[in-house]
Amino acid sequence: MSSKRATIHIDGQAHEVAAGRNLLEVALELGLDLPYFCWHPALGAVGACRQCAVTQYKDAQDPSGRVVMACMTPCGDGTRVATQDAASREMRQAVIEWLMTNHPHDCPVCAEGGNCHLQDMTVMTGQAYRRYRHAKRTHRNQDLGPFVAHEMNRCIACYRCVRYYRDYAGGEDLDVFGAHNNVYFGRAESGTLESHFAGNLVEVCPTGVFTDKPYGADYTRKWDLQQAPSLCNHCAVGCNTYPGERYGRIKRIENRYNEAVNGYFLCDRGRYGLAYSNEAGRPRQARGPQGPLRPVAAIERLAGLLDGRVAAVVGDRVSCESLYALRALLGAERVFRAAGPAQLALEDAQLQLLRVAPQVADLPRIENADCALLLGEDLLHSGARLGLALRQMTRQRGFAAAAQAHVPTWQDQSVRLVAQQQRSPLHIATPARTGLDEVAATQTRATPRELARLGWAIAHALDPQQPAPAALEPALQQVAERIAADLRAAQRPLLLTGAACAEPALYAATAAIAQALVACGAEAPAVAAVPAAANSVGRALFGGAGLQDLAAQVEAGRIDSLIVLEHDLAADLGEAGLQRWREQLQQLAVFDALPGPTWEAATLALPVATIFEAEGTLVNYAGRAQRHFAVHPPAGDARASWIWLCGVAEARGQSLGPTLDALLQGLAEAEPALAGLRDAAPAADAGGLNAVPRQPHRYSGRTAMHAHQDMHEPRPPIDLDTALGYTMEGAQGPGRDTPPALRTAHWAPGWNSPQAINKFQQEIGGALRGGPAGCLLPLAEGSRAAAQTLGAGPPEAEDTLRLLPLPDLFADDALAGRSPAIQARQQGGAALRLHPRTAERLGLATASRVRIEVDGEQRERPLTLCADLAAQCVGANLARCGLPAAWAGRPVRLRAEGGA
Amino acid sequence: MSQKISPPDKPLTDRIRPEHAPFDVAEYERAGGYQALRRALRTMAPQEVVALVKDANLRGRGGAGFPTGVKWGLVPHGPDAPKHKYLIANGDEMEPGTFKDRLLLEGDPHQFIEAMIVAAYAIQADVGYLFLRGEYHLAAQRVQRAIEEARGRGYLGRNIKGSGFDFELHLHTSAGRYICGEETALISALEGKRAVPRAKPPFPTVAGLFGRPTVVNNVETLCNVPHIVNYGADWYRGLSRTENGGTKLYGVSGRVCHPGAWELPMGSSAREIIDEHAGGMRAGLRLRGFLPGGASTDFLTAAQLDVAMDYDAVAKAGSRMGTGTIIVLDDQTSVVAMVRNLEHFFAQESCGWCTPCRDGIPWAEKVLDDLVYGRGRPGDLELLEQQTRLLGPGRTFCAHAPGAMEPLQSALQHWRGDFEAGIAPAAAAPAIAGPATPEAPRPLSEVLETTPMGPVGEGGR
Amino acid sequence: MLSEQEQREIAAERAHYEQPQAAAIEALKIVQAHRGWVSDEAVADIAAALDTSTAAIDAVATFYNLIYRQPVGRHVIHVCDSVSCWLMGQPRLLELLRAELGIDLGQTTPDGRFTLLPTVCLGTCDRAPAMLVGRDTHRDLEGVDAQRLATLLAAYE
Ligand SMILES: Cc1cc2nc3c(=O)[nH]c(=O)nc-3n(C[C@H](O)[C@H](O)[C@H](O)COP(=O)(O)O)c2cc1C
Ligand code: SF4
Ligand code: FES
Repeated sequence: MSSKRATIHIDGQAHEVAAGRNLLEVALELGLDLPYFCWHPALGAVGACRQCAVTQYKDAQDPSGRVVMACMTPCGDGTRVATQDAASREMRQAVIEWLMTNHPHDCPVCAEGGNCHLQDMTVMTGQAYRRYRHAKRTHRNQDLGPFVAHEMNRCIACYRCVRYYRDYAGGEDLDVFGAHNNVYFGRAESGTLESHFAGNLVEVCPTGVFTDKPYGADYTRKWDLQQAPSLCNHCAVGCNTYPGERYGRIKRIENRYNEAVNGYFLCDRGRYGLAYSNEAGRPRQARGPQGPLRPVAAIERLAGLLDGRVAAVVGDRVSCESLYALRALLGAERVFRAAGPAQLALEDAQLQLLRVAPQVADLPRIENADCALLLGEDLLHSGARLGLALRQMTRQRGFAAAAQAHVPTWQDQSVRLVAQQQRSPLHIATPARTGLDEVAATQTRATPRELARLGWAIAHALDPQQPAPAALEPALQQVAERIAADLRAAQRPLLLTGAACAEPALYAATAAIAQALVACGAEAPAVAAVPAAANSVGRALFGGAGLQDLAAQVEAGRIDSLIVLEHDLAADLGEAGLQRWREQLQQLAVFDALPGPTWEAATLALPVATIFEAEGTLVNYAGRAQRHFAVHPPAGDARASWIWLCGVAEARGQSLGPTLDALLQGLAEAEPALAGLRDAAPAADAGGLNAVPRQPHRYSGRTAMHAHQDMHEPRPPIDLDTALGYTMEGAQGPGRDTPPALRTAHWAPGWNSPQAINKFQQEIGGALRGGPAGCLLPLAEGSRAAAQTLGAGPPEAEDTLRLLPLPDLFADDALAGRSPAIQARQQGGAALRLHPRTAERLGLATASRVRIEVDGEQRERPLTLCADLAAQCVGANLARCGLPAAWAGRPVRLRAEGGA
Repeated sequence: MSQKISPPDKPLTDRIRPEHAPFDVAEYERAGGYQALRRALRTMAPQEVVALVKDANLRGRGGAGFPTGVKWGLVPHGPDAPKHKYLIANGDEMEPGTFKDRLLLEGDPHQFIEAMIVAAYAIQADVGYLFLRGEYHLAAQRVQRAIEEARGRGYLGRNIKGSGFDFELHLHTSAGRYICGEETALISALEGKRAVPRAKPPFPTVAGLFGRPTVVNNVETLCNVPHIVNYGADWYRGLSRTENGGTKLYGVSGRVCHPGAWELPMGSSAREIIDEHAGGMRAGLRLRGFLPGGASTDFLTAAQLDVAMDYDAVAKAGSRMGTGTIIVLDDQTSVVAMVRNLEHFFAQESCGWCTPCRDGIPWAEKVLDDLVYGRGRPGDLELLEQQTRLLGPGRTFCAHAPGAMEPLQSALQHWRGDFEAGIAPAAAAPAIAGPATPEAPRPLSEVLETTPMGPVGEGGR
Repeated sequence: MLSEQEQREIAAERAHYEQPQAAAIEALKIVQAHRGWVSDEAVADIAAALDTSTAAIDAVATFYNLIYRQPVGRHVIHVCDSVSCWLMGQPRLLELLRAELGIDLGQTTPDGRFTLLPTVCLGTCDRAPAMLVGRDTHRDLEGVDAQRLATLLAAYE
């Protein structure tokens, strides 16, 4: 889009705006209230609903003007419109009246009530009385699976759902059927929506056709939900969320716009993975060998442990605050990462890659790239939100073609018409088929190690200084050259990889390509990789040895107590292994939010708050530090690990707290390189803010909520750690200076639905007003101008048969996997997969069950053949197949069931 | 039959023999057919054909009357132009009261095919489609046979008659939807999608079928082209009584003595067409008004019968020439019921894309239904008038809804009393808004909204 | 499963277009010509044949008037209900048809012989009212009586 400016006149007022943008966007950016339906900031304009009518005048002399659609009208110098004149107001009101001819007016029983774009627009246009006296059309609803409820009678036929689901997200199983005023939006037949992003329909649909099904089953009105800015901790992307709470339960999760991370959308794991926090069986009390412990006693016991030969092991979701507190208490060398050698290597490679990347690929850099290489990673499973962004990247060439035909980017229908099948080159080189293959320029299947070699071949093709892999297959060599040529020609090249197939060499290869691109004088690429978990990068920043070293210490009897921070060791050691450790150790102190084998084995168990109940800072895949805030205080004695640990410090006469800010200040001083963690969000007293209310100003029944337990209104919890308060007093909204990282809702007068976000953006789809939420940690040592290679040159070719972990959005995250809704999507997939040729070679072409052996351990599993999988590996989703995580990438032996 | 010497004065229908099979390719050639094609290929550059058609002042017969040569001129040409271009003949003809393209296709398919090839040559299209409405089985059969004959004689395919020009022509029969006649919706339909109109720009001449430059012309429009090439622009303009060139296929339906269609000089008056050619009104009936060019044009009244039926004159009289097929309203037919019938059509045929059209026309239909049965309420006429304003040009995504409003708005203007009579006496009107009495007798002409599609969705199958 | 014949015909139509999905309407009509109507299974089969999704084909199939997504009789009677036919006595024609067949619009005779449906203007307005029986257009039905109608329909087994 050009940066030319234009002076336009709206209702007699002159404004200077960017030329060529559409009037609706511009009007919204100027803070005007102009209703719309079919337009969506991420989907562009199609002019279907006719809601955004304004009157356009040829010039100052034109007395009457003509009614046009703001969303379809580009701003040029001298564009002159009225929004408040009688003609356009009549038109806008009429559109609502038409839409309402078939809308059922069932707001009292609608889950969208109070969160409804249609309600907002109806009020905005002043359409209050019904003249339509005839019958309404009715539809039957469908069962769309565990996530999304369907009530078609509420449909206003804005077409946003199909445009989002099909055109934007690439889903194929939702469409529009029928014609005239009998249009139906749904599936060809009842059945689970297949997209990984179906839940966004809930926010995309302006009314209550698509609603959040689990939320509907445990429903609370939007205005009775207590909210705080939070994060999704189900993968390393770190999408920003708004969880909503009532009566101590997290009811739903809505998207929290962050232009750099997740924009307008979440994946279904993030939206529906919340139920673990509401589990009845969650521990609420600390426990010692003799039973329940008061917090003070628990802290004293823990403090006592520290004098002994103690070590700690930390999970990869643990907040930076807890990681720091632990190190401050134990010393860095006594804190281990709960990661096997391969995981550890991946985690460190991730950090290294971030350090050497010329620039890190955030959401806009992914979406706007004009050539991309996806090396090894099935993003739609492992970092789903980024996969959705990558799909958008393929549209860049179409945008360019449209621009040449003088069609602006926002003119969605016309852009697609001009673009047709033209796509920016996306090269996918993965061990198995991905959901993005259909939009890719090339699809290459090879084992992870072979893919790393392909990566080096690309690097070598770009820059002969880079070593070439020996004896690469000619077909791969050809692909390498094609990819190299595309990357070299690109203006905004993009490289993506990740940890999902457990091959650190992919990171090295990616770094080599980045370096080669810089060296050959091409544009410096944006680079990103997806590590395993929400705070993998944060944990790597703090460092520490891994499980192998810890095991050595345990087995050698060099430590007698172990502290486990938010991790289930059984996943690494197996139950038997855990038992062995338990026997070796005198004390096992376990911090966790959920009971599990490790928790059960503990001699000291401390209940931990979930992400919805605690403050903390996580570092996402891109090295972006982001803070989450407690939506509600945890019940019982549960609390954030760092709060427990601060208590322990205090008990030992060492001060880490007492507040979050003090802890972060200590962190910044102790670890200057990580001082950025402190700046992820403003401190509690920043700028003399009044408490930002977690409760909306319409929050109801606070004084009566507990009346059945106690007629005295309980004292609201006091929050000394943050700038937020458990209160409905105070206000936030457009024009207030609440920083984005602290906003507990996007609400503006007249805008109760998620569409209110337009009031908080500097520019539609752009940065939030008030600066970014979260901050990029300065990871690069010195300048990023020149990338450096990671590690040695290309690995050797090999013909070992290895276990290839296939990521799975719904199965891989144990926490999210506790949600019944997510579980409903875990059916099937329990078989091992083999390429038919490999099966043939192994004499397994007809086997339906096989015995798989890794490191001397055996399991029996079903087998399916799959042609769209690399040869020379056994593919399996470890969770669905019930195989140990540690098996990822290990050499395997396969035998037909019953074979010797 | 020997070759024609003097130019015909009814070029379009000259070779049509009512109730007989059309000319096959040999007969057509003997009657002077494919001469225009040879002439164009041999002696004219593509741009010259375009210039000639412009000069002839041929205006589109699909309804909008856009100058054909001008449209062709908008197609990118020259060495840098895209390799593939498309020519589409619009034979959807679903506008109620319109029955002219069918005559041309059933009566003289080779004339149409020759026209396609010449037009394709002019814009340098390499593939053409006839978009034919699905109910025209006979036309489909005849055109398909003619296409095969033409291909057999080397008029279609590669290197036509040694000219180096390639052109392939395919027949697409529609699955039925009035909106398919709208040129951008037609393109969507040809792409195998829902026939939803597209935003302009880009215009089809720049990015149409599959994103390539595309010209959409009405069948009748195209059929004029070979004759213009044969006999020249001056001759063509001379056929007309007005500025708009050529002849026009006019038709009359309704309760006249001899309904039918005739090729007449452009600009013949409505009176002449109705009284002379259609034989005037049936005994005992008086003409009360007429729709000059299909269902989507404004009513004109008996007082306006002398209007010359060409694009400009009818527009000046307050309507549109549209397709030039007149529908007559007599004095014993209820104008309210007739308009209700029209609005039923438009409501059913809305594609469902934009709000005013999708939801506004059905509302108008329901109000009209009440008026027909004397169940109207005070305010209904104002409501209808408001709809005609709010569904007007520019307010909706395409011209379907504005077309739907034309008969309604003009009828309200001319015969308001008829509509007022449908308003129930105050006492009879229920005080509380609710659905109209369900047991009220349904009119015979009522068309139930039962299509074999039935309700879609779960269990609906 | 699409029959070989159907597959051949669809492939031939597919060759007429730049993109496979463009043959969707032809494919639906081909299947319907062979089977009378288009079932859910047929929609899925056509989608597979044209490399697109079932929903995409059904979105098209349900949009158009002449694609039957429910079983119809051996002969479909389309009675024109547009303005010229209406002016010329279509209501009477329809009433006669209802009486003759004993069914209403949208219904099929119990013997599966006829389905009665409305249609928009058949483009034969000068000879209104008109109707389509199968592929045959019947015109000039203004003065038709029950007997003539019965004779006319008797030709359709
Ligand atoms: C709702 C609607 C229906 C139309 N139906 C037809 C039609 O059936 N046949 C036709 O030739 N043009 C029809 N048109 C006009 C076409 O959009 C287009 O203008 C025409 O085909 C161009 O051809 P011409 O320039 O030769 O007239 C229709 C327009 C609208 C808005
Ligand atoms: S279901 Fe919702 S998003 Fe889809 S068309 Fe209807 S109102 Fe719009
Ligand atoms: S938002 Fe402009 S027409 Fe829908």
